Amino acid sequence: MNSLEKSNSELLTSSQLRALEAESIHIIREVVAEFERPGLLFSGGKDSIVMLHLAVKALRPAKLPFPIIHIDTGHNFPETIEYRDRTAANLEIDLVIGSVPDALASGRVQASTLPGASRNRLQTPVLLDTIRDGKFDAVFGGARRDEERARAKERVYSFRDEFGQWDPKNQRPELWNLYNGFTNPGQHIRVFPLSNWTELDIWQYILAEGIELPSIYFAHEREVFERDGMLMAHSDFLKPEHGEKVFTERVRFRTVGDMTITAGQKSDAETLEQVITEIAVARVSERGASRADDRTAEAAMEDRKREGYF
Amino acid sequence: MELLRIATAGSVDDGKSTLIGRLLYDSKAIYDDVLDSTEQHSRRQSSEYFNLALLTDGLKVEREQGITIDVAYRYFSTPKRKFILADTPGHVQYTRNMVTGASTADVALIIVDARHGVVEQSRRHAVIGALLGIKHVVVCINKMDLVDFKEEFFRPIQDDLHDLLTELEIKSHHFIPISALEGDNVVEKSDRMPWYIDGPLLPHLEDLELPDNTVETPFRFPVQYVIRPLSNEYHDYRGYAGTIASGRVEVGQEIAVMPSGATTSITAIETPEGDANSATEGEAVTIRISDNLDISRGAMFSGTTERPATENSFDATVCWMSEHTSLKSGVMLRIKHTTHTARAMVSDLECRVDINSLSDFGFCDELKLNEIGQVTLRTSEPLIFDKYADVRGTGSFILIDESTNETIGAGMIGRPPYLGAGLA
Repeated sequence: MNSLEKSNSELLTSSQLRALEAESIHIIREVVAEFERPGLLFSGGKDSIVMLHLAVKALRPAKLPFPIIHIDTGHNFPETIEYRDRTAANLEIDLVIGSVPDALASGRVQASTLPGASRNRLQTPVLLDTIRDGKFDAVFGGARRDEERARAKERVYSFRDEFGQWDPKNQRPELWNLYNGFTNPGQHIRVFPLSNWTELDIWQYILAEGIELPSIYFAHEREVFERDGMLMAHSDFLKPEHGEKVFTERVRFRTVGDMTITAGQKSDAETLEQVITEIAVARVSERGASRADDRTAEAAMEDRKREGYF
Repeated sequence: MELLRIATAGSVDDGKSTLIGRLLYDSKAIYDDVLDSTEQHSRRQSSEYFNLALLTDGLKVEREQGITIDVAYRYFSTPKRKFILADTPGHVQYTRNMVTGASTADVALIIVDARHGVVEQSRRHAVIGALLGIKHVVVCINKMDLVDFKEEFFRPIQDDLHDLLTELEIKSHHFIPISALEGDNVVEKSDRMPWYIDGPLLPHLEDLELPDNTVETPFRFPVQYVIRPLSNEYHDYRGYAGTIASGRVEVGQEIAVMPSGATTSITAIETPEGDANSATEGEAVTIRISDNLDISRGAMFSGTTERPATENSFDATVCWMSEHTSLKSGVMLRIKHTTHTARAMVSDLECRVDINSLSDFGFCDELKLNEIGQVTLRTSEPLIFDKYADVRGTGSFILIDESTNETIGAGMIGRPPYLGAGLA
């Protein structure tokens, strides 16, 4: 690429990103204007970080008028928790934590003893309890439609009934930029401001805006072991079984979630530019590459979403 | 514009899903693991060939029954452009979904089976595209492989739809003979149809020029949210946040604040990238003004000339979307228009429109699911609006059921000139 072509392509990228940014900001402002008590789901992953960044832009110079919510499985990358706490402190916003360990201790949820079970599914009741206890009527989520095929059918304003359920066959039509946020008490709306972003858009925006990410997104040395063809981080929460060997590898994480289900990949990408180069030529989707939870069944995501998952 | 929004619909088995699968596959928007799982599913269905259509089916019930039940959004990009494609089913009972997909589109992609010619559903898609204000239509005449790539199957379809689109006042239209299954004229030019001299579909979509109409259209800015930080640092700050619905605005410009009509001038335009001297349609900005006026959500900024209408009664074309109720005169509804919500009532249900011929059926008592009609609406408070044909953002509204909270109708203010005249 010569320099003229390069600057031209940067200009194109920037115009796409600005259009997506404007759409997301419009959605966030609409929610703040119309709902009594919004909250923003924040996992410390790149999508929720971008969503929070957009929310700050949408409402500045005012402080964010809503809390961030973290559904905590207790199996966290320490880097993510440090990032979460520092971000909340810097922005002077409240942090609401829905704790899976607490729910296990109180007997609200039961851990599965089946092999390969994770705390992934336990997040759903904890999330729904947190929404109900906090009386949230709108909850921002960082999901994107390009992530997965059930998500491709999801509305920007996704209606949830009293049980937190999503009914994909009975969704409100969504036209122009006119969003219908009317609910009765006990019901809520999940709002997805990043619906139209792709994984690459997210990374390019992070680069364009100079947004800081937790260090695990970049190549680093880590103790890992191989399971089902994926490199899992060795930690107190996830240990090798029958002959799986622990070794040190240079990895980065493409998505960041619960440590027991998020796989790393071999990488030397230490900068955002290098990560973007790797992603632009990647032939495996981010969920396929790094989420053990999505491999369970063809419709794993759809089933979990119906129950009220993120 | 480097982001192009496309709406597509087709009839049963005309190969729409295969075409979309082909676009995604050939532009490398499909990852290998997604392809693998689709291939496994293809094999389970004992398909002879790898079923590209399965790439686009989202829900379990859709994969099982081989149908599309809802609008799905697809993303792909090339070095030239990013595309967002709203994929909707085309059956008559899905007019609702087609209207939804078309509401945000710049381009409509119509697919016609070369063997069957222009069917009712192709016409309906063109009409809905026109009603929703889409300015560009691309017609793909598909399955050319099944008619030996012969021109004589292509031309009559082109002539038919050319006349229809002209009547619908869609001036920009383009016809491409393709085989989605075999890839002819989708991404690469086919050498099996030498009689077709233009380029294939994807390059056409990449190069399609959308007019920059921010010069001629009037400035419209519905106030979405008033930002008041109430902090020591920003003690007197008051900013009006919103998205510019049409036109262009600059610092120093005199504006009118509707509905009061008071005039003031713009002192600052804050964009997501910082302060700017001007901003145009589609940008989400915060505007500050020189006077202390009583302005809240639902107000609208416009130029001091060419102001929007402020009325509590107007004509509109409505598409009815409820399975459970029908639209009747005198029933109370909620209306959401720009950033303003009020109550509305149909005072006059003028006619139901035959969506295939665009002639009207004359007066009727009610509109049912998937029917389109021309109505007069009265609202509990005046709305600040333009005709949909002039400004999409200030001429569109949705209707909401007051008891169930469902979105039950979509409306466009005004009356299209071709409506009621009947089509040839």
